Amino acid sequence: MAAHLSYGRVNLNILREAARKELREFLDKCAGSKAIVWDEYLTGPFGLIAQYSLLKEHEVEKMFTLKTGRLPSADVKNIIFFVRPRLELMDIIAENVFNEDKLHSTRDFHILFVPRRSMLCEQRLKEQGVLGSFINIDEYILDLIPYDGDLLSMEYESAFRECYLENDQTSLYHTAKGLMTLQALYGTIPQIYGKGECARHVANMMLRMKREFAGIQNQILPVFDTLLLLDRNVDLLTPLATQLTYEGLIDEIYGITNGYVKLPPEKFAQKKQGEASKDLPTEPKKLQLNSAEELYAEIRDKNFNAVGAALSKKAKIISAAFEERHNAKTVGEIKQFVSQLPHMQAARSSLANHTSIAELIKDITTSEAFFDNLTVEQEFMTGVDTDKVNTYIEDRIAQKDPLIKILRLVCMQSVCNNGLKQKVLDHYKREILQTYGYEYILTLNNLEKGGLLKPQTSSRNNNPTIRKTLKLWMEDANEQNPNDISYVYSGYAPLSIRLTQLLARPGWRSIEEVLKMLPGPHFEERQQLPAGLHKKRQQGENRTTLVFFLGGVTYAEIAALRFLSQMEDSGMEYVIATTKLINGASWIKSLMDTPEAQMH
Amino acid sequence: MKSRGDEEEYWNTSKFKAFTFDDDDDELKESKEAVKSLPQLSDQDDGDLVEKVSWSGEPVGSISWSVRETAAAAGGGTDGEPAFPSRIPADAPNVAKVNSGYSLSSLFKGRKAANVAAFADASGDPLGRILAPEIPKPKSEKQDLIGDWSPQDTVKRMQQGKAVSLERFRCLQDKMRLLDWSVGTHDGNVITAVLISLKKSLSKEVLIGELASRQTALRHFLNYLSESGDEALLGDIYSALGRTEDAALLQYKRHLSIADEEKRRDFLKGCLSLQFSAEDQSQVRDQLSLLERQMVIEAADRQAERGGKVEIFQRFPRRASIPHMPLITTLYYCCFYHYDQPEGSFSSPLNVRQSFKISEKQFFVTALSARAKQKSWSDVDALFTSRSWLGFTRKKSPLAFQKVVDILHRNAAPVRVLQDYVGLVDDAEARMALAHQHKCHDLVINTYRDSKDRRLLLGYRGKVEAGSAAERKIDELLNDSQIRWKN
Repeated sequence: MAAHLSYGRVNLNILREAARKELREFLDKCAGSKAIVWDEYLTGPFGLIAQYSLLKEHEVEKMFTLKTGRLPSADVKNIIFFVRPRLELMDIIAENVFNEDKLHSTRDFHILFVPRRSMLCEQRLKEQGVLGSFINIDEYILDLIPYDGDLLSMEYESAFRECYLENDQTSLYHTAKGLMTLQALYGTIPQIYGKGECARHVANMMLRMKREFAGIQNQILPVFDTLLLLDRNVDLLTPLATQLTYEGLIDEIYGITNGYVKLPPEKFAQKKQGEASKDLPTEPKKLQLNSAEELYAEIRDKNFNAVGAALSKKAKIISAAFEERHNAKTVGEIKQFVSQLPHMQAARSSLANHTSIAELIKDITTSEAFFDNLTVEQEFMTGVDTDKVNTYIEDRIAQKDPLIKILRLVCMQSVCNNGLKQKVLDHYKREILQTYGYEYILTLNNLEKGGLLKPQTSSRNNNPTIRKTLKLWMEDANEQNPNDISYVYSGYAPLSIRLTQLLARPGWRSIEEVLKMLPGPHFEERQQLPAGLHKKRQQGENRTTLVFFLGGVTYAEIAALRFLSQMEDSGMEYVIATTKLINGASWIKSLMDTPEAQMH
Repeated sequence: MKSRGDEEEYWNTSKFKAFTFDDDDDELKESKEAVKSLPQLSDQDDGDLVEKVSWSGEPVGSISWSVRETAAAAGGGTDGEPAFPSRIPADAPNVAKVNSGYSLSSLFKGRKAANVAAFADASGDPLGRILAPEIPKPKSEKQDLIGDWSPQDTVKRMQQGKAVSLERFRCLQDKMRLLDWSVGTHDGNVITAVLISLKKSLSKEVLIGELASRQTALRHFLNYLSESGDEALLGDIYSALGRTEDAALLQYKRHLSIADEEKRRDFLKGCLSLQFSAEDQSQVRDQLSLLERQMVIEAADRQAERGGKVEIFQRFPRRASIPHMPLITTLYYCCFYHYDQPEGSFSSPLNVRQSFKISEKQFFVTALSARAKQKSWSDVDALFTSRSWLGFTRKKSPLAFQKVVDILHRNAAPVRVLQDYVGLVDDAEARMALAHQHKCHDLVINTYRDSKDRRLLLGYRGKVEAGSAAERKIDELLNDSQIRWKN
C-alpha cells in the first residue's frame, strides 16, 4: 500500500510508521471493543496513514459517519469520535451523546481531535453539558501527511485564508510543530531559508521550539541539507494560471482529493469478452493517483501536449510484451511468461485508464473556450493590456460563466498589473455583483484583503522587472523535451520555483533587488549540528532541499520541482511540503464567504 | 474593445500559440487500439499480490470503504430502530461490486518495493511496530510537579494539554502577562483559551482597552467571537476600534441566512445606516432596491399568472419566483415577460437598465438571449438597428458577431435569421466556417460566386439538398456564361 513512499530520496514511510504507532497507542488507551464515529472529511487523510485492518486489530468493530440524531446501535464498549476541532461538529457530538444518555447506555465515550485539541471546542461541549461524558479527550497530531515519495501535505484547507485574511497564525504553529516532528525523524536541518512574513514566523517558532528541546541532542544524521520556507503571497500569480501538466489538468478539471480523482464513468465501462455491453455505470469512476503506478509516475509531470506520444510509446512496449507469448515454446518459457502476466495485465489496464483520461482532457483542451481563456491568461502573464478592462472577461461575465472562473481571471489581471486602476476595478466589481448577486460584496472584500484583488496604489509596476530578471516568461517553451521549468505552464515559469532554483544556484544574493520587490522579508538561519553529524558528502552526491509552501502549492509547481530534481546537473533533489494542495479554483473558493462556498 | 488589427495580430503571433494536441490524435488512437487489441486474459486471483478495489476505486479495506461497510452491517441490526442516516442497504451497488477490479499499485511494485511493503503493511504488522520510530517529547513534558505556576509555566502546561487553573491570575497585570506569554507561543488554541477566561473575568471595556494594544491577541479574539457567533460583542469591538467597515460587513453578512424576503428587505434597510465604504454602500442600496422591485413584480406577476388571462404566462409558465435573483437574471426575466412595458413601469427592461446603470453590453446580451428564447426575431433585429438614428441600416453590435451567432444558434434560430448575422462576421475565414456550420447556403454560394471559384462551388453542390433552391441557384450560376471562373 505505502511502498511508493519509500522509493524517493527520503524514505517518507518512516513518517507514516510513526503516525501509525501513535494511532495504535491511542486505540489501546480505550480498552475493549470499539466503534469509531468519523468526521467524514478525515477518512481521506487517514486513508493515507492506515487501513481498516490496522483498526480492526485494535478491536475497532464498527465505523460510522458523524451525523445528527442518534448513534446507530453497536454492541461495543467504546464509542470514539474522530473529528476536526470544529464547533459545528461539537454540536453534533453533543446531540449524539445526549440521546445516548437518555437510553442509560453504558458505553464509554472518547474524542480524538485531529490534528489538535481545541479549548474552544471543549468549551462548547461543556456548554452543551456533555463534556463530563468523555473518558478520554485526546489529540492525534497529523500535521504532515505523506502523500507520495516526495510530497507531504498538512491538508489544512483554510491555511491561506487564516494567515492572510484573518491574521490567525495557528496554521503556522502547526507547520512549525510538523517540521519539528520531521526533524526528530530525519535529523536537524542545518540551513533554513525563507521568504515572506509567514516564513519568518515559522522559522522563529522552530528556533524557539528547538531551544525547548535543549539538552536532548538529536543524534540522527541529517537527511535534509536545506529547508526553504515560501509564503504563498510571495507568488500569488502561479496558482491563478491554468496548470498544463497532465496531473495539473486532471486536478483543474476533475479535482484530486486525498490522492483520488472521480471521473465520468462512460469511458471506463468494463466490458468483458463475451459479455454484451451492460448498462453503463452511473456512479463516477474513482481512481487512485500516485507514483506507485509506473505509467502515471512517468507521465503525470509532462506537459499535456507530450502525453499522447508517451502513451503511444507505452502502448507499443506493452503490445510487444504480449506478443512474446507466441515465442514461448518450452515449459520454462511459458512459465516465465505466465509469471509476468499480472504485471502486464496491470500495465494494460493502467494504459487503458490513462488513455481514457487523456481523451477526456483533450476534449476540453482542444475546445475554443479553453483556448480563449488560455490566451487571455498568457496575455496577462506577459503584461499585455493588463491596465484596461478586458473584453474577454466582460464577455464571459455577460454569458454568465462560472463566477470562480471570472474571479480567477480578474485576480490574475490585478496581480499582473500590481493592482487595477480604480476605474477598471470598479467596473469589474459592478459587473460581477450585478450578474452573480450583490452578496458577493463579501467575497470581493476577502479577495482584496488577501491581496489578490486591489486598486493600484502607486504608479510603479514592478512586474516587468521581476518578469525579466527572473525570466518568468520563456518564448518557445519546449513541451516535449523540456529544458526549463516554464514547460509546466507552456511558457510561464512559476515564480515560486524560480526562486527555489536560484537559491540552489547561484544563490539569492544575485537577486537581492528582486527579492526586495516581493512582499515580506527574506532570511537565512543556521541550526547547529552536534559534532560528528556533519555529513561527509561523496563526490557528486546530490543535496536535498525541503521546500515548504505556506498557503498551498499546485501540481504544476510540484512537477517543476521534480523536473529540477531530475536535471542532471542540478545537484539538488527536492522534497515538497505544503499546507494544502491547491489549484486556482479551490483556492478562490476557500476565500469566498457565501453559503455555497461553505459546503464541502 | 480590442480593434480587429490587434485581434488578428495576437492570433498570429507565436506567443499565443494554440494549446492543442496537434498530431496527437493518432497517438491517442494508437494507444486506444493497443488497449483493445491486447488479449483480455481471465482474471486470476493472485492472492496477496493483488490489492482489491471496489468500482468506486477505494481499496477494499480502506477506511472510507469500511465506514460504509460496517455502517451497512449495523443498519441491518435487529432492534428495529429507525435507520441511521448513513446506512447503506447491504445490496447497494457499491457494496455488491466490491470485487470488480484490481488496483495497480501492488502490481507495479518492483522486488525491492515488495520487500518494504512486506514489513510496512503485512497484516499483524509485527516488524513495523518494532521499527516504528519514536518522536521524542520535549524535556519539560517529563517533569510534572504541582505548584504555583508562573504565567510562563502555565502557558507551557497548557500547550502540553495539562490541567491548569487560570482563575489564579487575579490582578490585571498578571492576566496580561499570561496573555502575552500565550501570544508568544503562536498556538491559537492556547491564546483562545486564555482569552475565553479573560472574557469571563474582565469587563468588556477593560478587555477591549487592553486588546487594542495587542494586535495578535485581538485578532484571535475576533476570530473566536465570530466562530462562536457572538456578533454583538464583535460589533462592539469593531466600533470601539474604529473598524467600522469590518463591523458593517459583519452585520451585513447575516442577511445571507434570512430566507424570507420581507425580513431580508427590512434587514437590508437597517444595513443602510452601517458604515460601509462608499462603494459598498451604494451596492447595498442597489441590492435593497432590487429586492423591493422584485417583490413588486413578483406580486403582480403571480396574480397575473393565476388569473390566466395574460397570454405570455400561459405560453411560458414561470419556473421560479424572482426575489433573491441577481440583477441580470431579473433583467432577463423582464426582457422575457415584460419587454414591451412602457419605460415608466417597474418591470420595464429599460427602466431596470436605467435604475441600475447596467452596461450596454450586459443589457444587449441579456435582451438578445431573452428575445431569441422567445423566437421574437423582429425584436432581435431591432436590437441591432435601434441605434441607427442617422438613417444607417447597418447593424451594429457591442458584442462580436460570432458571439451573436452563437447565442442565436443556442436558441435554435432558423437559418434565415442566422445568415444575416453570420454575414456580418468581420473575419472572412470565420464567416465562411460559420456559414458552413449553420448551412447558410446563400452566403456560401455568393462568396464562391464573388471569388469566381467554380471548383468550390461545384463541391458545395454536393452538400446542399437535392432539388432545393440552393441547388437550383448553384446550377444557374454554373451555367451562367457571363461569369469568368478562375478555375
